[in-house]
Amino acid sequence: MPLKSADQLAPERGSDWLPPVATLNSVKVARFVIRVINGIGLTLLVLIFALPFAWMISTSFKTLPETMVFPPKWLPENLVWENFVRAWNTGPFLHYFMNSVIVAVGILCLQMLTVIPAAYAFARYQFRGSGFLFGMTMITLMIPAQLIFLPVYLQMSAWKLLDTYFALILPFASSAFGIFLLRQSFKQVPEELIEAARLDNAKEWQIILKIMVPMAKPVLVTFAMFSFIAHWNDYFWPLVMTTNDTVRTLPLGIAQIRHVEGIVTWNVLMAGNMILVMPILIVFFLAQRQIIRAFVYNGVK
Amino acid sequence: MALWEKLRPYAMVAPAILVFSLFFIYPIFYMIYLSLFEWNFISPVKTFVGLQNFIDLFQDEEFLQVLKNSFIYTFLTVTLTIGISLFLALWLNRTGIIYGIVQGAIFSPHIISLVSISLLWSWLMDPEYGLLNWVIGLFGFGKLQWLSHPDTALISLVIVAVWKGVGFNTLVFIAGLQSIPKDIYEAAALDQSKPWTTFYKITLPMLSPTIFFLVIICMLNSFQVFETIYIMTQGGPVNSTNTLVYYIYQYGFQFFKIGYASAAGVILLIILAILTILYFRLLSRRVHYG
Repeated sequence: MPLKSADQLAPERGSDWLPPVATLNSVKVARFVIRVINGIGLTLLVLIFALPFAWMISTSFKTLPETMVFPPKWLPENLVWENFVRAWNTGPFLHYFMNSVIVAVGILCLQMLTVIPAAYAFARYQFRGSGFLFGMTMITLMIPAQLIFLPVYLQMSAWKLLDTYFALILPFASSAFGIFLLRQSFKQVPEELIEAARLDNAKEWQIILKIMVPMAKPVLVTFAMFSFIAHWNDYFWPLVMTTNDTVRTLPLGIAQIRHVEGIVTWNVLMAGNMILVMPILIVFFLAQRQIIRAFVYNGVK
Repeated sequence: MALWEKLRPYAMVAPAILVFSLFFIYPIFYMIYLSLFEWNFISPVKTFVGLQNFIDLFQDEEFLQVLKNSFIYTFLTVTLTIGISLFLALWLNRTGIIYGIVQGAIFSPHIISLVSISLLWSWLMDPEYGLLNWVIGLFGFGKLQWLSHPDTALISLVIVAVWKGVGFNTLVFIAGLQSIPKDIYEAAALDQSKPWTTFYKITLPMLSPTIFFLVIICMLNSFQVFETIYIMTQGGPVNSTNTLVYYIYQYGFQFFKIGYASAAGVILLIILAILTILYFRLLSRRVHYG
């Protein structure tokens, strides 16, 4: 059968019939344009978040005169690695680093010790006043450090505990957030498992360590990450509780670079900032999926 | 029940309760107590002045400015952060390597310390050589003073807060969007519902618990802002970025007016308490559950 042209087909199929090729083209073009706009949008979005970091890296390799140029140059003449050395030497950075480790790890250990038993008690025991005590725990979630720093500072000062690890660690020795998360987790452990263990004459602490904790491991790991990162990055509390270098932590050390050399030497400052930021960024890129999942899904609960 | 068995739960919660009582509950009462006195921290004498500190606060222009700054900062930060995050969540709610990269990129500020971000943005917003002025120059704008000018300083801080916060909120919204059952959307499609109607009548109500949760978290965080101000502007220029927590810090740690600072702290406590109560009230009323 001979092929008919579009004009010949139209009367047969109705006057508003268009050959398939024509309609497909306009839809295809529209879709393509949308995809291009989408692509541009996504690129801009990534740039908004990547450019600041790129700029930080670029600045950290420049000489001071190179930073005082406008419009700014992206590539320095030479890579001034010196900046990193100077940043590191503005203060006892190794000491700050050790302090940060001691504080963050200390807090985490104490939290594990106080949170696990408390969560277990709240989850699996009925006892008088448990509602009140749990309510009290939850209220502390609403009490931020920024509200109580002044009275706690006065307390610490009166007890001569300023500039000690106690002042940095003790206030965070427990965590209402941790108790909340873990209690949920413990509640979900099947009753039968515990009954079986009790029938085997297991002691309570064995039940906790050998059954509950392993079953709650994902939650514990998430919480540990939260806690470690939060206290590692904490600037405010160490700022308030320290007056000298004894127990000063890394974030304070980095911020201090600003005041060391009189005028602000942005290149050295950014080099110092790199030292603080790069380890976390690298870990983030490697473990992105897990980290996001941990932070976000616990936010959703 | 053996005595030990009866006492055991209390023993197990005791350490945690002790920490909370000592470092959270007691300080609140101590602060309320201190707000009724005048004390310069050094002398052993505290002078009782009753509510005079509060009266002074509300007659102090500086404090009223600080209150105003706090509310403006919070309002702008929350609306921009939540609004942009919602938009981004709807846009980026797709799987694939590219979207994974974009989601990672917007989330990255969340795990970087606030110190690092404050230092970085101080440099970005440098009026003479900062990158930000170069970027807006590309769009035809002239250089701005950002943190150095009273009119733009607060907004600059808002920009930093939004930049940091958008990633986390977007990803939480995406998780929320993905937990909406697909069949509801199929039913809407069968009814030939328009995209805007679907969004307004289905997506938004189902997302409302998440929205309220994030709004309250954002609000509480915004009222507590301190680090960015301390590092970037120290409350200036001309008190244009002085907010509640920084004000308390100034009067407690720099001017040694402990009673006065405590009174400001009590005001902050009241604001936070009201926000929390509002949240729980709204939660039970407007939230739509399945």
